[in-house]
Amino acid sequence: MTTAVDGRLDQETLVGLFERMLLIRRFEERASEYRLAGHIPGFLHPCIGQEAAAVGTCAALGPDDVILSTHRGHGHMLARGADPGRMYAELYARVEGYNRSKGGSLHMIDTDLGFLGANGIVGGGIPIAGGAALQQKRRGQGGVAVSFFGDGAANQGAFHEVLNLCSLWKLPAIFVCENNLYGEFTAQSEQSPVADVADRAAAYAMPGVIADGNDVLDVREKVAQAVARARAGEGPTLVECKTYRHRGHYEGDMCAYRPEGELEQWLERDPLVTFPARLVSEFGVPEEEIEAVRAQVEQRLDEAAEFAAAGTFADPAETFEHVYVDSIEGKALR
Amino acid sequence: MKPIRFAQAITQALDEEMARDEQVILLGEDIGKPGGSFGITKGLLDKYGESRVYDTPISEEAIVGAALGASMMGARPVVEIMFNDFAALAMDQIVNQAAKIHYMSGGRLSAPLVIRMLCGTNGSTAGQHSQSLEAWFTHVPGLKVVAPSTPADAKAFLKAAIRDPDPVMFFEQRMLYNTKGEVPDEVEPARLAEGKVVREGSDLTIAAYMKGVHQALEAAEILERDGISAEVWDVRSLVPFDRDGLRASLERTGRLMTVHEAVVRSGFGAEIAAIAAEEMFDLLKAPVRRVGAHPTPHPYAPQLESTMLPSVERIVETARELVGATEKVA
Ligand SMILES: Cc1ncc(C[n+]2csc(CCOP(=O)(O)OP(=O)(O)O)c2C)c(N)n1
Ligand SMILES: [Mg+2]
Repeated sequence: MTTAVDGRLDQETLVGLFERMLLIRRFEERASEYRLAGHIPGFLHPCIGQEAAAVGTCAALGPDDVILSTHRGHGHMLARGADPGRMYAELYARVEGYNRSKGGSLHMIDTDLGFLGANGIVGGGIPIAGGAALQQKRRGQGGVAVSFFGDGAANQGAFHEVLNLCSLWKLPAIFVCENNLYGEFTAQSEQSPVADVADRAAAYAMPGVIADGNDVLDVREKVAQAVARARAGEGPTLVECKTYRHRGHYEGDMCAYRPEGELEQWLERDPLVTFPARLVSEFGVPEEEIEAVRAQVEQRLDEAAEFAAAGTFADPAETFEHVYVDSIEGKALR
Repeated sequence: MKPIRFAQAITQALDEEMARDEQVILLGEDIGKPGGSFGITKGLLDKYGESRVYDTPISEEAIVGAALGASMMGARPVVEIMFNDFAALAMDQIVNQAAKIHYMSGGRLSAPLVIRMLCGTNGSTAGQHSQSLEAWFTHVPGLKVVAPSTPADAKAFLKAAIRDPDPVMFFEQRMLYNTKGEVPDEVEPARLAEGKVVREGSDLTIAAYMKGVHQALEAAEILERDGISAEVWDVRSLVPFDRDGLRASLERTGRLMTVHEAVVRSGFGAEIAAIAAEEMFDLLKAPVRRVGAHPTPHPYAPQLESTMLPSVERIVETARELVGATEKVA
């Protein structure tokens, strides 16, 4: 049974949003454990606390839309519908992983989902999103390009160049800033005198919108408006999601820079606490259904982790493949 | 004299130079209270204050530009670029501006700044946090390029770089940060442009820098058991380059191999090989060999990464070939 609530969203959709957010949360919590257990080399930047921004944004997109992500990108990818098994396999450095173990956390890609990549360079995905939006416009089928980035990335020169260009050319781009109040170990207030990144949109003659980044419905609503505008050929929008990362910048960061009580305040607005509560109280979802989702997510992630652990390591010869598209008699060009 | 970590040696050099000259200022991401991503500048904000230590937004081009402009007006800025990969975002300010200002102004302006850059892999750090890009900068006249391998050299060369009147690209290999070495209590600035023999030998010269020196030393031990005597020459300063030092070593050995973690193709080893071929051909008994990373981006998977990167085994094998190539009797 589906009940129409919140204008367009029925109960099933709402529960689906919760399921995605929980999947992300538990994926990240488990990844942290797997890393401690020695299964994952390299960096991990968990997005715990920011799930609503990822899921709300992706819920407003269609199958032809594309996404450019960041170093904190697992949530974006899962929100878009990626397979957690192949993601863990990538983190475990197995060939079954999304990038055949060549990318790892910072560079994960799923072209089938229009997920054009996480990025190790702060702000690195923003210009690519501009180009993807250009090609969406050239295709003329109404697709948009979404660029996720952090508050810190908004201080890169490229951010400003791209917003200007996309607005000038009325490209179908959505710039989704996840303002989690920090870039690494330094507060946003110490990196910019502009508290609301959305204010910067005015300089490029595009709408700048603030969403409650911990409210999946608010994010979805505001991104949906931006998408409608882009599809209508009216150009890009900057959507700023105010949110917070519960964990450190990366696994291992002890967060010494946080003022006392800040985390606790944000934990009260934890989307994985507030949203399921709302589902029950406001939207009449039975508690049992919420519990059932929890069990499903655990099972799915159990299977995902098993899939990764059972994966195979790439043959060292693969080191030399994929440097160029071309090869001569199977030998990579040098 | 006591052993300290490479990372500590960098901190000491910064601290001592800041104490010596109030025009020495620091700029970089998270370098204030957090002390930078690797703790190098920890405590310096407290000690020297906000007019000496500038914690910047994530804006590499603005950071280098700020350092450059300030340096043209009398400051002695030291920039921290978290990974040399990110220098790509500041290349205009480095390559088109800082490198050329002295020349283009007919000697009227100069840019006495230092850009400290972390380089090299830290294990599965993948395509955008692992590169060794020092050769990029050696290609640009006007930049000096330094790449120390020990704590003592790191300290002495960083001091020299800070006092140097030109822009100096100072490379710090991540894998060396926790290595220890003796550092004298009083360290004088090094003279840029001096290589150093760190192990004497007679059959071949291994010209290496940064981690490559440590790998070359390990390889030399193994080769010794085969009866091959390898001299290890630490390049230390890529630009300016110590031609006399290389010549002196080749006079003893007659064979040359270069080692660095950077990709071999167009790496600095190619320049060393060319210098030897052009200027010291008379000393060479065999063609020069180069060891470095294979020309691929850095893969994430550990076993792929170790395939890509130079190893002690590869150095040993190459040395055997090099020496065998001229029928050296062991
Ligand atoms: C060009 C560049 N500079 C610096 C870094 C190092 N770095 C990685 S993440 C990060 C902070 C990014 O902050 P923000 O954009 O707010 O994203 P968040 O981590 O908060 O999600 C920094 C400085 C980098 N990866 N790339
Ligand atoms: Mg941030």
